[in-house]
Amino acid sequence: MIFKGTNVSLFSRAQTGPTVAAVLIVAFLLAFLVVPVLQVIYVAFQDTNTGALTLVNFADFFSSSLFRESFYNSFYVAAVSVLFASLFAVPLAYFTTRFNFSGAVLIQTLGIVPLIMPPFVGAVAMKLLFGANGSVNLLLDEWFGVTVPIMEGLNGVILVESIHYFPFILINLSAALNNIDRAMEESAQNLGSSGFRLFRRIVFPLAMPGYIAGAALVFIKVFDDLGTPLLLDVNKMLAPQAYLRISSIGISDPMGYVISVILIGFSLFALWTSTLALRGKDYATAQKGGGGLAKRDLRPWEKVGCYGVVIFILALVLSPHLGLLLLSFGTVWSFAVLPDGFTLAHYQQMFGSASQYIANTLLYAGIAAFLDIVLGTAIAYIVWRTTLKGRQWLDYTATAALAVPGVVLGIGYLRTFNDVNVPLADQPLATWWFVIVIALTIRRLPYALRACVAAIQQISVMLEEAAENLGATKQRTVWRVVVPLMSGGILAGFITSFATASVELSATIMLVSQDSDAPLAFGIYEFMQSAAGRGPGAALGVVAVVIVTLATYLSHRIIARSERRRTAERVVYETAN
Amino acid sequence: MESVGIVIEDVSLAFGSTEVLKGVNLDIAPGEFFAFLGPSGSGKSTLLRAIAGFGPQPRGRILIGGKDVAGLPPWHRDVGMVFQSYALWPHMTVAQNVAFGLEERRVARPEIKERVAEALALVGLEEYAGRRPSQLSGGQQQRVALARTIVVRPRVLLLDEPLSNLDANLRVQMRRELLALQRKLELTTIFVTHDQEEANTTSDRMAVLDDGIIQQVGPPMSLYDQPVNPFVAGFLGTANILRGTIEESNGKTAFVSGDGTRVALDKTRSGPASIVFRPQNVSLASRQTETGEDNVTLHGTIKNKEFLGNIIRYDITVGNHTIIVDQNHHRDEAQFGPNDNVALIVAPEHIVVLAD
Repeated sequence: MIFKGTNVSLFSRAQTGPTVAAVLIVAFLLAFLVVPVLQVIYVAFQDTNTGALTLVNFADFFSSSLFRESFYNSFYVAAVSVLFASLFAVPLAYFTTRFNFSGAVLIQTLGIVPLIMPPFVGAVAMKLLFGANGSVNLLLDEWFGVTVPIMEGLNGVILVESIHYFPFILINLSAALNNIDRAMEESAQNLGSSGFRLFRRIVFPLAMPGYIAGAALVFIKVFDDLGTPLLLDVNKMLAPQAYLRISSIGISDPMGYVISVILIGFSLFALWTSTLALRGKDYATAQKGGGGLAKRDLRPWEKVGCYGVVIFILALVLSPHLGLLLLSFGTVWSFAVLPDGFTLAHYQQMFGSASQYIANTLLYAGIAAFLDIVLGTAIAYIVWRTTLKGRQWLDYTATAALAVPGVVLGIGYLRTFNDVNVPLADQPLATWWFVIVIALTIRRLPYALRACVAAIQQISVMLEEAAENLGATKQRTVWRVVVPLMSGGILAGFITSFATASVELSATIMLVSQDSDAPLAFGIYEFMQSAAGRGPGAALGVVAVVIVTLATYLSHRIIARSERRRTAERVVYETAN
Repeated sequence: MESVGIVIEDVSLAFGSTEVLKGVNLDIAPGEFFAFLGPSGSGKSTLLRAIAGFGPQPRGRILIGGKDVAGLPPWHRDVGMVFQSYALWPHMTVAQNVAFGLEERRVARPEIKERVAEALALVGLEEYAGRRPSQLSGGQQQRVALARTIVVRPRVLLLDEPLSNLDANLRVQMRRELLALQRKLELTTIFVTHDQEEANTTSDRMAVLDDGIIQQVGPPMSLYDQPVNPFVAGFLGTANILRGTIEESNGKTAFVSGDGTRVALDKTRSGPASIVFRPQNVSLASRQTETGEDNVTLHGTIKNKEFLGNIIRYDITVGNHTIIVDQNHHRDEAQFGPNDNVALIVAPEHIVVLAD
């Protein structure tokens, strides 16, 4: 029996399944990520009339004062948002890692709360709270006779973005600080270092990679963001310009493509910066029981200071949610600190006319997240468990989607799939509703992939070898051992993809061809355009927040549970040894 | 640099409600190589960290060079500590790591350069100055950690399980190097370990700790030969420990264990006691053999036999006890086998009596 098949044929048979899967994945990534993006880049360098390669489009771009200003504004907003996000995040990260105080729970919540609401949803509410005629300025004017223009023009974009994205820095920096082995700090103290010098020479450099990774992420998210400036009526920025050129002039206008290339360039630069910051600096040096800096109790006056800062930032961070809630229940809210009265009418109107948006969102995000975990599991398996040549490129390519702004992907799809007819629907792929699902799948694939890779790395190969030793084929082993053990990670990946896909705006706004195909984020955008639509729009925003909150909560529960289980297993393993 | 001594007076320390150190007293002489030996959780590392100023402030007094260090933060204590994990900073090169302490002491640049080179030469790592810690082997990292600590010429040197992350051969080599270095620098050194061989081979004196209490202090050999309690006897090497009482009848003194096993002793105090003897101090003979008048003889049955290379180790059932006996192995020598009845002979001078 054993000698019936030679080793060679056994080996190749084991590789057949993964090979087929790899080919399918490559085809998918090529068609919906690589080709559209290359197409966008190619068009940017193409002469509109002759089709020859040229730099004339870039020359045109930089000779226009509007575009130069947009470029400068985008850069300025992104940089200053990083600065403000750091001002929020650094003290909070330091408090939680350095001191014992119950505010740590508050701060951890802070790390999640802003992320569950897409920035553009809160933007309108923020205008009502902090705008020139908003609640805060009305009160300031009444009490002190002054107003603060924090929501005017670029300031508004900066405020909204930095409140929304500061958790990226908070999370990364806290993780870096927590990973510093306590002995690193103690050995410096033992050699005579203390106080600020200790912080500057040891703690800060060790935490730096985490900070840079977070800051780069904030920079690029802000730089690429389309929804927030659009809703705040700030059009002189790159992403809104790209959107407006394509939607008003048409997909043949080269400026949208030039802007796309610039956005991709900055994305790649930011990703490169953060990889460079992290490369070869796996500072996660924590030994058994030695993790994190030495924590100490707060002195009373320090406690007051810490809570003051935490509560101030918490209030600021929660203000968009509060504003949104007021707006969704308020009757008329204009030139007043609070709405004139409260009503449920907006919710009725929203559920009456906008339930299609919700249904579409659940459908699109659901399919996209499902495709993401199928692709993610397959790629993770191929990369970590097979010997296929060039398998790492699957991971690299799928992850490269991170560097592609939604606007760019949208433009690429419009350009590439306008001539591709979908047989049964009898319309171009570019305008068919399923293209939105594909865009979401590509955009969220990196998140699902990372979850799946983390899950598979935690499975000992020996568990699979044991199954094979007992007679299970590769396919049976994957199905009965690998996938069940990965299930926690896969589920977490599904939920992350689902939650973020359900509030995605930048790619979908380009691809929605008719209102009946539109998802929730697009609906909110549509409603918010008119004063009368604000109420129902806010109600729809509340629905979005509820969906994302539930999903985030679920994924935290699942991750916590699987981690507990893993810890329990490790304890058993260690006692057995 | 003049060596200083360390005095520990009635030091107690608790983490919450868990008492980790319970009234520790020690007097470590200037220039001494002193070991804290004990199982994990015995409090040895906690005591070392308390001397360096880490962890909660203990009750009692710690004097370094005659001065109470209570309330003195770690960075003002001037005690060098080598961490178990080495704690080399990954963002600095080897030379930068070593220079750190001197920079904190505001030593002039040229002198820093000179002393760093000197310290690296002392541990044989001159050529590695520009490397990052991650590019070094475990043994090299250990040497850098040592160089980083001694370059500041601390008053005392504290070593927290410094060899535990090295493989067996390297451990033997490093402990010799450590001892040679300590002798050369005449630096008062405390070495924390759970490995009795490390403590035996390096230290002038050692303290055996268990459960936050110092069980015994002394030179390694005298602790091995004269343990004061069953814990020390059992922790330092293999020991046969029998519990029972010492009785006097007809002018003769004998130890009687619970199952009636009798061991004749020289005159000693009567009452509850334990007796201790080492496996290598027992010789075996077949039942019929005459034994010397003064020797203690027990009778038992061989339960198990293990060949360990230089010795053969027998487990022998005597009454309710299992006695371990080691016999040197010589080629072609007759051996006993399982179920053989044997006589166990112990010279009285090899029996240690512990009053309970």
